[in-house]
Amino acid sequence: MTSSALERGSVLAVESDPGGGFVAPGLGEFYPEPVATFSLLGVDFEITRITIILWVATLAMIAFLVASVRKPSIVPGKLQFVGESGYSLIRDGVARDVVGPRGLPFAPFLASLFFFILANNLMAIIPFAQISPMSKFAFPLVLAAICWVLYIYIGIREQGAGRYFKDILFLPGVPKPMYVLVTPIEILQNFVVRPFTLAVRLFANMFAGHMLLVVFALGATYLFTVGNFSAVFGPISALMAIVMTFFELLVIFLQAYVFTVLMGTYLNGSIEAEH
Amino acid sequence: MSILAAESPNPLIPPVGEIIIGLIAFAIVLLVMFKFVAPRFEQVFRARREAIEGGIERAEAMQAEAKAALEQYRAQLAEARTEAAQIRDQARAEGQQILEELRTQAQEESARIVARGEEQLAASRQSVVNELRGQIGALAVTLAGRVVGESLEDEARRRGTVDRFLDQLDGMAAGGSPDGRTGSSVYAPEGGR
Repeated sequence: MTSSALERGSVLAVESDPGGGFVAPGLGEFYPEPVATFSLLGVDFEITRITIILWVATLAMIAFLVASVRKPSIVPGKLQFVGESGYSLIRDGVARDVVGPRGLPFAPFLASLFFFILANNLMAIIPFAQISPMSKFAFPLVLAAICWVLYIYIGIREQGAGRYFKDILFLPGVPKPMYVLVTPIEILQNFVVRPFTLAVRLFANMFAGHMLLVVFALGATYLFTVGNFSAVFGPISALMAIVMTFFELLVIFLQAYVFTVLMGTYLNGSIEAEH
Repeated sequence: MSILAAESPNPLIPPVGEIIIGLIAFAIVLLVMFKFVAPRFEQVFRARREAIEGGIERAEAMQAEAKAALEQYRAQLAEARTEAAQIRDQARAEGQQILEELRTQAQEESARIVARGEEQLAASRQSVVNELRGQIGALAVTLAGRVVGESLEDEARRRGTVDRFLDQLDGMAAGGSPDGRTGSSVYAPEGGR
């Protein structure tokens, strides 16, 4: 529940139903009023509160990471331990175990992905922000596009362009007549579906999570103020908002991790030839 | 955008500005991660690994040292044992040698004592024989003189008859048995009967 959401909700409610019935929050949630707009080299920039949340989350995560390694020691302090655990989770769990023996150089990239997504996702349940920038499709799309470029580039670099594309076009070990079916699927899979699902999975999870929270929160406030017997459902709605917030916390970590692990498997496919 | 918002915009079509902002934000994270955070973490991991491996290596070195010391002690112990055995053998051999020497010495001594005893015995026997010979001669002459009734002493002496007789007796006895048997044969009939 955000102030702007409340505003928009009330505005929409007034607009669509002057009688005062409950109007569910809509897409307007994700298009708050810009704080500032400017145009640079023909591109329009809108600084909205979501943009500011993105910057705050990013800078906070950078500050946390830098602070955790500022004075590195063999026996870690609390802060270093937390940072180190996160980094090890990706370095050992994804870069080494998923990408493979030659995956360690990708650990910083994968860790960046993880921490960046995690920090932005966490904004979904942090009071006064309570919206994840990842629920704006632009940001997951940026990450997915970078991943897309990276795993294709690594595939070409590690296996050679001819071998890499040949293995994708003509999957080894498949009977020749089956190529009619398999080849288009493989092309679609490797060059369209992978980056698209990567971006959409993260975006849709955060988008839906935010919508759920807003619906329950706004529902609760509406039910408390409606002034008739249905006010008894207010606490239930508020409770649901709280429960869903904890569920959202799970989703936040899970989606950040899933994005990173999937990118790890794509990198693994690029580094190691198909067998 | 406010117009778009009012017109229910498509959330899957992002504005270019947001994409650029997202790119910049992620680029900063990447930069900090690659330039600062990841190297530091790797450094910590390396230091920790080295610390652990160093500890293990130290422990291994200590173990090897202890093992070497044990080997050395064992070798020394074995050496000492063989040395002790050698000394014991040597001592035994020496003891045997000493015993042997003593035995030969004792045998020589006893042989010497026996020889001397025999000599003394022979000497005393000779003296007894000589004495007896004189007395027997005198007794025999006296006895013969009484039997004959005259003194034969002077003549007997003059002619050395008694001596000759005794010598013959001696010679006979010597032909039968070399020494004291004559005496014993002389005495034995008396003692036996």
